[in-house]
Amino acid sequence: MILRMLRLRTLVTGCLAIAALLFAADPAWGVPQVAEQEYRALPFISSRVLMWAVAELHLMFAAFVLAVPMFALVIEFIGYKTGDKRYDQLAYEFTKLLSVSFSFTATLGALLTFGLIVFYPTLAQYLVRIFSWTFLPYVLLFFLEAVFLYTYYYGWGKFSPRVHLFLGVMLNIVGTAIMFIANAWLTFMNTPAGVDELGNLTNLWEAINNYTWMPINIHRLIANVAFGGAIGAAYGAFKFLGAKTPEERAHYDWMGYVGIFVAICALLPLPFAGYWLGVEIYAYDQSLGITLMGGTFSWLFIIQAVLIGNLFLAANYYLWLSMGRIPGAERFRRFIKYLLAVITLCFIVWATPHSLVATVEEARAMGGSHHPILNVLGVMSAKNTAVNLLILTTYVSFLLYRRANKEATVSWAKTGNLVQFGIFAAVVIFVVFLGVYGYFVDAQTRIGLSQPQVLSVLFAMVSVTVIDIFLFRNAQSRGRVAWGKIPARSQYALFFLAITFTWLMGLMGYVRAGMRQHWHVYGVVRDTSVDAFTPTLGFAGMVVSAIVVVFFLLIAVVFFLSSLSGQKNWEPGQSKRWFKRRSETAATPLTQ
Amino acid sequence: MNLLVLLTIAAVLVVIQVGVTRWVNLNRLAWMAIWWAALWAAFSYGITPPLPQSIVVLFMAIITIALLAYLSADSEELAQARQTLVSFMVEKRYQVALIVVILTLPLLVALSVFSSLNQAPQPPASGRTIHPVPPASISFEGNTINLSTANNPYRELEHSDPEAFAAHVDNGRRVYFENCFYCHGDNMEGAGQFAHGYDPLPANFNDATTIAMLQESYLFWRIAKGAPGLPPESTPWSSAMPAWENFLTEEEIWDVILFLYEFTGFEPRAQGMPH
Repeated sequence: MILRMLRLRTLVTGCLAIAALLFAADPAWGVPQVAEQEYRALPFISSRVLMWAVAELHLMFAAFVLAVPMFALVIEFIGYKTGDKRYDQLAYEFTKLLSVSFSFTATLGALLTFGLIVFYPTLAQYLVRIFSWTFLPYVLLFFLEAVFLYTYYYGWGKFSPRVHLFLGVMLNIVGTAIMFIANAWLTFMNTPAGVDELGNLTNLWEAINNYTWMPINIHRLIANVAFGGAIGAAYGAFKFLGAKTPEERAHYDWMGYVGIFVAICALLPLPFAGYWLGVEIYAYDQSLGITLMGGTFSWLFIIQAVLIGNLFLAANYYLWLSMGRIPGAERFRRFIKYLLAVITLCFIVWATPHSLVATVEEARAMGGSHHPILNVLGVMSAKNTAVNLLILTTYVSFLLYRRANKEATVSWAKTGNLVQFGIFAAVVIFVVFLGVYGYFVDAQTRIGLSQPQVLSVLFAMVSVTVIDIFLFRNAQSRGRVAWGKIPARSQYALFFLAITFTWLMGLMGYVRAGMRQHWHVYGVVRDTSVDAFTPTLGFAGMVVSAIVVVFFLLIAVVFFLSSLSGQKNWEPGQSKRWFKRRSETAATPLTQ
Repeated sequence: MNLLVLLTIAAVLVVIQVGVTRWVNLNRLAWMAIWWAALWAAFSYGITPPLPQSIVVLFMAIITIALLAYLSADSEELAQARQTLVSFMVEKRYQVALIVVILTLPLLVALSVFSSLNQAPQPPASGRTIHPVPPASISFEGNTINLSTANNPYRELEHSDPEAFAAHVDNGRRVYFENCFYCHGDNMEGAGQFAHGYDPLPANFNDATTIAMLQESYLFWRIAKGAPGLPPESTPWSSAMPAWENFLTEEEIWDVILFLYEFTGFEPRAQGMPH
């Protein structure tokens, strides 16, 4: 019943949002009323903070709704190919989270649209003028997504597997297309193109395909999967901690593992996508680039570095704890300290700021605002090297986890291990060499060096995985994975990962929008409102934190509603029995 | 690097590893404490010039998290560490040591408060922005220069007319040694004869993180507008850089920029390459 109500609400809010867009798009209806007032204010909260929160929450739910079908489809496909029903069940369980989340996404999207029209009428009107032609495909795709999503969810087990997989594919294609269109709007605000000096549209395709459109598309696509995986893992952890039977614990332990496996897989290429986005921003306008990396916002990148370092550390930590449930993993425990040493070192390099907080005395002792040693670690050559090594180290942790209960039986096992080690060693040396070489070349060449670094790391991961697959074909097993036999703190690591991912999204979302400073559309539409200033970093941090808290409260509602579907139907007298049981439990002496 | 301190720390670790563990069985908790102390000593005293306190705190926070992760990554080791702590708190043979710890902890806090209040007053630590954000455009001699699109007009001569390019570089050399070298130095290391009187010190152009990372239009803005043209963000800047637009022509500024890159061997950051 609740789900049906939410579905109805989704459609209603969707229709209202579309009506609002059309209303604003038609100059005969929208303009005369809104053109009189450029901004509107709220009594207790600034309209900017309200729109900030609504946009961020909409983005978080949208990211989740786009990500879950991606890996649910892959899991379902694995189940279809292997015939293992567990995968099908797991994919369905992930999909259960979608229905309510989709409703929340649509509601928040409608709220965002209304808010833009009410509080920022001139800006809304301008964006509508530029992008009006993109609204029709957006609306159609939105309806198609609703159709495919609900058919995919409610049609589970009702269609042939191939038809159901096709629905999943279509859901993903439509969802991605929606995101691409919305990305065009927001990236245009940062790096506008296709408009003349007065801001009039000259070429719609150029406005869409602006400098940061494709980098944001790719970055969000990957980040969504990482985020969705982490939230899915948190759901597994939530259910694991409340599980009553060993079977439930085993199932939700497995679910948490699959979720975080998806998140880690997506996390690995994410820094590269982010770097590409940063390069494009700098290339579009050095002021934007310097605002991000050298100016006010550079401190937020230090926070980002700390969060990402913690993400990698927590992901490795979870893998190390997970090895406890695999017989044979004891062999690899001695490697943990070396992996941790590399992670810590890379984390330190990654988090070292270029601009230092120093007292006058400290600055004098350093001979200026740069420290001769830290200065070397504060630039991208060092940071790219560190993040590449972090990624490789995390991959090694996963490789050890994967091998934990396997004993290779192929005749060339020793050679295979040596080749794998050789590849790792060669790639580490190559990555470090390029990092050091970056200090001796011009900026353009240095930026270019990041590509061979990334490609060599990807080569190492792919080639070592391929060798590993053949190496452990027909491997001797040291025992089955004891799902469910994992300490509870591992589940808190999953919560930590989900919260950190979310906080990171909120923070970097603010950075991406905030770097425009006093522009709505950078260099085209100036912000002349009372809020046309960059808030302090502390205030921004508090707003982001508050948004994350609200998001998790809403996610708790999603978890609760999703778990209702598996519960027994209500029966007359059930409430009385429940209260009676409660009072009996309360009356039971503690000594028993 | 203060090699003496670092070698001493390494030697102590080796002595503990080789010598002390023969008589005492150190569990993971003890090793964690030893490593934490060793790294704190290395960061605090092993690097010269000393790291700012903010950086030591950042690094030690990361190390603390990493060590805690290591301790709890193994359930048996964690249980053993927990047991050690419980034993220390409840067993009679540790009673004296426990009292010492209980008294020492507040004493350390008191000492820390005393030493922090006993220092001479000094200005608070500041997070100075090294590369201030340039405006979209600046006015120069009545013309507007768009910093996003402006290029050094003489840069293209490097290939099309090397002689003319060399003449511009020579002119830049003259401008530099007539005006800039007093502060930025004859090797451009920011160590000119007036440099010691400034805080912050003049920029070191040989540093790979200064002009090598910037576009030429950025340098034009900094030279033309100097300290008076710095943005309101991250103030006070306390920079002594003059606004050279009052003394140099546009051509002279572009020429001195050519010379800076020519002398240091760096290439300016190109504009708008990717996409």
